[in-house]
Amino acid sequence: MSRSHSHTFAVTVTAITQVTPLIKHFVLKASDGSQLPAFSGGSHVIVVMKGASRVHRNPYSLLSSPSDLSSYEIAVRRADPTRGGSVFMHDHVTVGMQLEIAHPVNLFQLDKLARKHVLFAGGVGITAIAAQLEDLKMGSVHYELHYSVRGPEHAAFADRLVKRHGDRVRIYHDSADQRIDIEGLVAAQPLGTHVYVCGPTPMIDRVIASARAAGWANSHIHWEQFSAPPVGEPFDVFLQRSNITLSVPPDQSLLEAIEDAGIDAPYLCRGGVCGECKCRVLEVDGVLVHNDNYLSSEEKASGALIMPCVSRAQGKKLVIDL
Amino acid sequence: MSAVFKTDETFRGDFKYSNSPAAIRRFPLPFVEDKYMYSVNIEPHEAGPKGSIMEFQFDVDEHYIGECRDREIVLKEDPLRYQALPHMMSAQWDVLELLMDSMSRDYPGQFSLSKHGNRWTWHNKLLGIKDEFTFGDPSTLPREPLDYITRQAQGDFVVMDQRDGDLYLEAGMVTTPADWSMDFDLGMTFKEWHGPVPLAHELNVFDRALKFLLNLRLNEPVRRLNWTMTVNPRLDTSPEFYPRWGSDRATVTPDNVADKAHVRVELQGLWRLPRSNAVLFGVRCYLISIRELATIPKWARRTHRALRDLHPALVDYKGLTRYRDHVVNWLAPLDDGSPTTPGNSPE
Ligand code: FES
Repeated sequence: MSRSHSHTFAVTVTAITQVTPLIKHFVLKASDGSQLPAFSGGSHVIVVMKGASRVHRNPYSLLSSPSDLSSYEIAVRRADPTRGGSVFMHDHVTVGMQLEIAHPVNLFQLDKLARKHVLFAGGVGITAIAAQLEDLKMGSVHYELHYSVRGPEHAAFADRLVKRHGDRVRIYHDSADQRIDIEGLVAAQPLGTHVYVCGPTPMIDRVIASARAAGWANSHIHWEQFSAPPVGEPFDVFLQRSNITLSVPPDQSLLEAIEDAGIDAPYLCRGGVCGECKCRVLEVDGVLVHNDNYLSSEEKASGALIMPCVSRAQGKKLVIDL
Repeated sequence: MSAVFKTDETFRGDFKYSNSPAAIRRFPLPFVEDKYMYSVNIEPHEAGPKGSIMEFQFDVDEHYIGECRDREIVLKEDPLRYQALPHMMSAQWDVLELLMDSMSRDYPGQFSLSKHGNRWTWHNKLLGIKDEFTFGDPSTLPREPLDYITRQAQGDFVVMDQRDGDLYLEAGMVTTPADWSMDFDLGMTFKEWHGPVPLAHELNVFDRALKFLLNLRLNEPVRRLNWTMTVNPRLDTSPEFYPRWGSDRATVTPDNVADKAHVRVELQGLWRLPRSNAVLFGVRCYLISIRELATIPKWARRTHRALRDLHPALVDYKGLTRYRDHVVNWLAPLDDGSPTTPGNSPE
């Protein structure tokens, strides 16, 4: 029942906008001119980037409206290291270029039974929430968004959102010292409200903690926290079942290295969220660097499991069950 | 398959039902080995060999008209066989689109669909239905979208909403169930719904199946085969009407077993739906009498062995206790003990 590379299709980049110093916005259309596959708000796509030396596959949220399938829109935040997928998107992708993407996957779905939706976004986290707002606009259930940005020059999507959703959207500027009163807002919600958050880790943690403190069931708390595969130290890995040793360079993920060797490994989100790539660790001489949001802290501490899409090892030797 | 669509079949009363030689050869025999073992056996629902029941996403065969007619009969008497909770409307449109797109693409001689933006025209030539409607606006269709389209499709359809790490059965058209009731199960989670299958829990298959389904991808549907046996070619073996068919089992004799006993195979497909992120579960049912099945010598030998050696818990669960021996005895003379080739193909 395990699957690996999903079927991809070709899209053409038709517009690129630098929306903040670190964020670029891309418009993608199907290269064959057809309509793109339908999706639901909160979905992401895996973008396959064929760089000069290696292939990157990164997840990006679809932020365009699910009811307009003539194009998809994604926003990419440039990550610090000088190489990797986001840097490829920023430095090498130009208008007219073709990319491969996989069908949308939704791991951050709106709850259809909610009586009210309260959404929190910080920075580029808005990309996971923007399309949800479009779905909510079509429905009849009340919703509100609280969106925090660094300053006016960072409010890339703010104007657009305010235009579309009016007073259902509130923008908070960090630079003007405007803070979201997460605790107060959560505590004031009526019964049956669902909360959604995507943004920096402290924001996510605060929303979860406030909702739990207010006695909310876990089923009413939703967050998405994709990690792009972080850069780390190079390490070697032995794949026990395939009987092969691989070197994982600093700017490549363990999963990418496995794929480069022609070995099929399962994945879905490539962002440490879904659990699909979970792999048993048979031996480690050194430490595991867990970058995922899937394993529990006990599982991470046990050293028996690793999520190859985002996590790595530091040390002399890693043996995994693949 | 260029099927000749039969126009006068019945799945009740006089049971006017049979398989043409071509339909027999494409029957999905569930016994891929001489010994039957329960397994989850999920595989990608990709295009199968030309003419096979898996060639297309939704198979339309010679029994189409009779099956749609039987569904109308069931619904007239028991309208609750179709149900959908209010929050499933986007999933309903997803299913309508999936079925209309597939059927018109794969059977252009029988079905056609034209789209001008949201204005769609659907033409079902087999049932003589033509409607123009606005995609997304339920008021422009004579019935709710799921009700409308599944009355024009073979097999049962159940739609599951995904939330909180589980799947909830919250809409469906169920008129050909193998002894389960949607009315009873509406709102249940995936595991509650599958509760009664023996052995399966010990094998932990539902935990794995659920995890698999939660991560089911768009455009990558999966399928599996399931089987049971039924007396008479009856599609509606629902618990609601048990008094009507439960006693059929006692009517099987050594003389009539070859015509009365049928193998019932379900081709179960699972699709992720794009706008609702719900999961569609389709159950397409194939019926074949023991006499028809035995026209293929390999299948006679194979079926004889599989039923003879079936695990007692499964004999009981599948409701075969009363007539399994009659079937085995009837098939025994056709089994000379020679080996069977692997797989379920006719040769
Ligand atoms: S692919 Fe989803 S956690 Fe690794």
